[in-house]
Amino acid sequence: MKGLWIGIVLTVVFLALALVSFVWTPFNIEAFDIPNKLKSPNVTNWLGTDQYGRDILSMIMMGARTSIAVALLAVGIGMAIGVPLGLWAAARRGSLLDELIMRGNDLIFAFPSLVIAILITAVFGAGAINAIIAIGIFNIPVFARLTRGAALSLWERDFILAARVSGKSAFRISWEHIFPNILNLMIVQGTIQFSLGILAEAALSYIGLGAQPPTASWGRMLADAQTLVSFAPHTALMPGGAIVLMVMGLNLMGDGLRDVLDPRIRVDRT
Amino acid sequence: MIRYVFGRLLSLVISLIVASVVIFVVIEIAPGDPASFMLGLNAQPETVAALRAELGLDVSKVERYFTWVTGMLSGDFGTSYTYRSPISELIADRVVVSLPLAIYALILSTVIAFPAGIYAASRRGGVGDMSVMGATQLGVAIPNFWFAMIMVLIFAINLRWFSAGGFPGWDKGFFGGIKALTLPAISLALPQAAILARVMRSSLLDMLGEDFIRSARAKGLSQRQALWKHAVRNALIPVLTIIGLQFSFLLAGGIIIEQVFFLPGLGRLIFQAISARDLIVVESVVMLLVFVVIVVNFAVDIAYAAVDPRLRTKT
Repeated sequence: MKGLWIGIVLTVVFLALALVSFVWTPFNIEAFDIPNKLKSPNVTNWLGTDQYGRDILSMIMMGARTSIAVALLAVGIGMAIGVPLGLWAAARRGSLLDELIMRGNDLIFAFPSLVIAILITAVFGAGAINAIIAIGIFNIPVFARLTRGAALSLWERDFILAARVSGKSAFRISWEHIFPNILNLMIVQGTIQFSLGILAEAALSYIGLGAQPPTASWGRMLADAQTLVSFAPHTALMPGGAIVLMVMGLNLMGDGLRDVLDPRIRVDRT
Repeated sequence: MIRYVFGRLLSLVISLIVASVVIFVVIEIAPGDPASFMLGLNAQPETVAALRAELGLDVSKVERYFTWVTGMLSGDFGTSYTYRSPISELIADRVVVSLPLAIYALILSTVIAFPAGIYAASRRGGVGDMSVMGATQLGVAIPNFWFAMIMVLIFAINLRWFSAGGFPGWDKGFFGGIKALTLPAISLALPQAAILARVMRSSLLDMLGEDFIRSARAKGLSQRQALWKHAVRNALIPVLTIIGLQFSFLLAGGIIIEQVFFLPGLGRLIFQAISARDLIVVESVVMLLVFVVIVVNFAVDIAYAAVDPRLRTKT
């Protein structure tokens, strides 16, 4: 339970930082202030400044926006396509369609996601949108498999049988009875994929294939810091710390939610 | 068993075909003609056409796909636009860095994760378990390229134990090569070790709840003896799958770590090819990585079924 609360607090803090950045940041990150470059953390610039004298806290706030937007939309793609596919496969279990959907998923799973993300962004151009698509594609099979597995066990249950007897179509049963019952599972998995998305976005923008300047991103802050790390370690420590805290927060929240939302596991663990 | 292997083999072939088509199509719809890109804006149309013919760009797409695939099957990956040398040679030069790096990282990850996972499982719920689990929580949250930067800061810049990057080449001695790959391998291995330790722990805990452990305890073995003699061996089955999956992740993840340490591996080759729009190189290297990943996963499936006969009936 403690983990869940730590996770919620960390996640809320970063969400708040991202939201606040729309109306206010401590400093304007588009203005260079060369005399103040590479300042260590101090009273004015809490987390120090970068090689152009920009305030790192302000950049982390703006970067949080990018990270969260990319990861959240990528999870959205995965859910919006994966969940219906999984429901469909489960409703037509054992059919050719089911087989096709699941084999397709296996195929995406077999691809090294990072390599394909690099391929997509390299060919279609680096940028936030292509990063979202590249990360989102690999979320589809995750949600499709999870949905199908959970839905299959629900299809065996008596209340679904009752719905079938009352003449409801497979589509209505999936939407009205199966979907609400797997929502918890989706929330938990969504949190985990969200944290993986943050990491993936950071990796892509670190190698220059994510959001492009002037959009701030944690990954690119780290790429810039690479040559500065020997004499200004804070330029690397701060954005990296932000990634670690955000990802850890989401993971703790995901684990905690799983314990709370799935009563079977709760019994098992005590 | 034969039927199972045959089924897996079929899906392996289908996966490889689909993968090659997807990669080819993605590269084909890339904007820009490589020939005109290479020759610059002022090139004469005839020169561009000549180069297109030389690069084999003037035939139909379907024909090019088959030339590419059959070429790869016979070890001919085509010729690089920019390096003007066979891609197979470029790859061979880089594989000697990327492959040892992935193997080194895999060994490190296993060596760290096994004891950590077994220790945590044997101290379930205790302080030792909590600290290992806390450490893995941190391990999965750390981006490996950032961890790599921190390692450079500590061990290369401050302590000067290792160089901050670069690779001397294997001809300068085995030890020098291994030393240059040590920090990259540790950075790659750590997050993977965290995942592996968790799998090891939960797999062991599952086993400890099984009847055969109760029997072992009933015949007089201590909990620790039962754990080492019976649980660990059985818990290894799911762990092996994860190790197989990790190998492909380490090979692909190496792409980014190579950037941090300026290692002349496949990752660097891909990035240099991307910035030069040398798409045939990108295409072939990506296909090679996907090929290795798919084949390793296939091998893991087969090994898994060989160890655990119950799995052969499932598809």
